[in-house]
Amino acid sequence: MSDYSVSALDLNMTFGRRLIFSKINFSFVDNGIYGISGPNGSGKSTLVKIISGLLSPSAGKIVHKNSNREIIPEKLHNYIGFVSPYLVLYEEFSAWENLIYYAKIRGILLDRDIVTDLLNRFLLYNRRDDLIKTYSSGMKQRMKFVFALIHKPQLLILDEPTSNLDEEGKKSAYDIIKEEAEKNIVIIASNEQADLHLCSELLDLMNYKAV
Amino acid sequence: MFSKAFAVFQKDFHSEIRTRYAINSLAMFIIVAISVIMFAVGQEKISAGLTGGLFWVVIFFTAMSGLSRIFVSEEERGTSLTLQLTASPSTVFSGKLIFNVVLVFCMNTVIALLYAALFESFIIQNFLLFFLSFFFGNIGLAISSTIIAAIIAKAGAKGTLYPVLSFPILLPLILTSVQLTLFALDGTAIKEARFELAIIVSYDVVMLTVSYLLFDFIWKD
Repeated sequence: MSDYSVSALDLNMTFGRRLIFSKINFSFVDNGIYGISGPNGSGKSTLVKIISGLLSPSAGKIVHKNSNREIIPEKLHNYIGFVSPYLVLYEEFSAWENLIYYAKIRGILLDRDIVTDLLNRFLLYNRRDDLIKTYSSGMKQRMKFVFALIHKPQLLILDEPTSNLDEEGKKSAYDIIKEEAEKNIVIIASNEQADLHLCSELLDLMNYKAV
Repeated sequence: MFSKAFAVFQKDFHSEIRTRYAINSLAMFIIVAISVIMFAVGQEKISAGLTGGLFWVVIFFTAMSGLSRIFVSEEERGTSLTLQLTASPSTVFSGKLIFNVVLVFCMNTVIALLYAALFESFIIQNFLLFFLSFFFGNIGLAISSTIIAAIIAKAGAKGTLYPVLSFPILLPLILTSVQLTLFALDGTAIKEARFELAIIVSYDVVMLTVSYLLFDFIWKD
């Protein structure tokens, strides 16, 4: 059971004069899968970037807490796993080299058993020494799940998690998501009904367009 | 934090060996710039002062041709977001700075050796003073180039913006380094060059402090 929580307090986002969303308030305290839905351009990716600390909101704030202590932005990356189609791994390195470097940069020891298990589950183990640039887009997307999980994050943020995945890849992704949701908080931003069916709570961004 | 920053450096070094983003452009620029100077000078005998000035001109423009790659390549490949999710801003900046320091020292050592071999008037009379100006000059150049690279990596016209933004920021460093190199070439004692040495050390300290304070804001969108 994780003691992690993430809350939004009066979150507003504008790009220039264009309002993306306003007055978003939520509090994800219990482990489980939480969804963010909305049509294209509704601000799903913007919201997950704000939650993960990659973007600053125009107003309001996101509060991450672990064991009731607020996490400072400088340390936030240690608690978050992030998967999205716009995330890019180093193409000049193999999958294994990428994971080793990211583990070193995070300051953790790469748990070979966990990584081997994840690579096997995403059918990448036999291609672990191949350069990422030789991977298909679906394989790259699967590799991002491995990247997101090597440091055992307490908050898993998935933006369009099944993008580019075939049926087998989607099944592996859903299995992992369900397992993670038993011990951590998982946030999914997606348009796919199959992705959103996993969620226990849904935040529809179309309800947050009024000034 | 140092081990994490060193891991960023290792990653960049390995990446550079594989992709040759910066090394090729730096090596080509050094060869071309020194060749052009040699053709322009011809059989003329140039003074030690002019050689010292030209030495830093080559260093400045070589730095402009390659040192921005450290952040620009991350932006162009789209990997900066992944890096933001993996390390704190100070870790990233430290790792990138170590890489640029190593690159600047390698690049400028090659330039100094070529100058010593090809220009008769490039005879160092006060080697310790030359070493000090070379060391602190390179550190300052690496710090400034790294933070400016981080700024321009987010901009549209990266190639044009880098030398434009670098020139005013690097001007105090280049002018002082040129003066110190001239002192080293004409054998001035370190005692008499202490004012210039104090300027160059202060420049390094100020740039390092400002860079660490600013980088958090630059690194995030």
